[in-house]
Amino acid sequence: MRLTAQGLKCVRGGRDIFSGLDFAVPAGQALAVTGINGAGKSSLLRLMAGLLPAAGGAITLEGGEAELTLAEQAHYLGHRDALKPSLTVLENLDFWREFLGGEAIDGPASLKTVGLGHAVHLPAAFLSAGQRRRLSIARLIAVNRPVWLLDEPTSALDSSGQTMVAALMSAHLRSGGIILAATHGPLGVPAQELRIGGDA
Amino acid sequence: MTSLAALIRRDIVVALRAGGGAMIGVLFFVSVVVVMPFALGPDLALLKRIGPAILWLGAMLASLLTLDRLFTADQEDGSLDLIVMSRTPLELSCAAKALAHWLAAGVPLIVATPLIGILLNLDATATFAVALTLLVGTPALTFTGMIGAALAVTLRRGGLLLAVVVLPLSIPVLIFGVAASNAAVEGAMPFGTPFSILCALSLVSLVVGPFAAAASLRHGLD
Repeated sequence: MRLTAQGLKCVRGGRDIFSGLDFAVPAGQALAVTGINGAGKSSLLRLMAGLLPAAGGAITLEGGEAELTLAEQAHYLGHRDALKPSLTVLENLDFWREFLGGEAIDGPASLKTVGLGHAVHLPAAFLSAGQRRRLSIARLIAVNRPVWLLDEPTSALDSSGQTMVAALMSAHLRSGGIILAATHGPLGVPAQELRIGGDA
Repeated sequence: MTSLAALIRRDIVVALRAGGGAMIGVLFFVSVVVVMPFALGPDLALLKRIGPAILWLGAMLASLLTLDRLFTADQEDGSLDLIVMSRTPLELSCAAKALAHWLAAGVPLIVATPLIGILLNLDATATFAVALTLLVGTPALTFTGMIGAALAVTLRRGGLLLAVVVLPLSIPVLIFGVAASNAAVEGAMPFGTPFSILCALSLVSLVVGPFAAAASLRHGLD
């Protein structure tokens, strides 16, 4: 499997965010997208996820399932957690497992992995920012997707949470997955770096 | 199919739990109908004549009131991104969301109708006729309203826009819903004609609504 982008261009609100962006990520490797605030890291990830139209260029995923688009084979972890405050932790996760087609490990086990095993029946409204983040990360392991698009995956996480995310990412890479992560700090796994925009 | 069932179940549970807003619509509906006799005075003949129209107006405004959260709630918390990305066709997801909304917010209106029909001096036949027209007519309100709800996602505070966009589409439903109810009450014209058109409007909206809403959501991605 290989994820390539050629001449990618993004325009938002009439302003060129970036253009002529090329990169290639083979299976089992990660790409750390860096750049100053507003450089277009999040835009790049949303563009890869099919949530923004590309103004130019092409994205291809070779070696994936031919009938599915890239978005349908990708996890997208954005700034917003996609959680319903009135549902419990397990209900939130189980909904995404059923809706996205859960063929990986079950809900309680993935909650235990992300350190929410004690809060399974707590309504998500009572979670802290870091716990909400952990819950949306549980989605990544509860549902199988070869490509992970992560927008600052460790934001709001404590140091044990950052270690946990690094472990999950390296396990995903070992099983032949691809990771694109926008980040300001170190990613925690070996990754090639793609810097968007200039220096501040 | 499991994914659609999961979406319907989640939306109903979220709507019915505290703060979900499904009950706001039926409370509004009941309030409008309850205050109407106080405003119009104790003229039983008048109430009976305009009763079906009041019930239909209340139901239409109640459905407008609750529809604007159909997609904006999912957009604000990021769920909509994942729904758009998923392997389930967006048209089917839209249809499932609208169906869940109708079950959680539309059906309570129909259930409440026999209770508040008494306040408008409607006899059993008339109440049953209004409830029946609401049963076949409210899906049309939900599925056309969904188009406006999808348009409202792209604009911040699109609630008023929803009313402006959806109201013209809802007027035919209102006309034939009230016409069918009145036909059943007064018997001056056949019940079947407006009722059949009402059914047709619902069926058309069931087909057109999901496609229009999905197209609008895709176009408005940001």
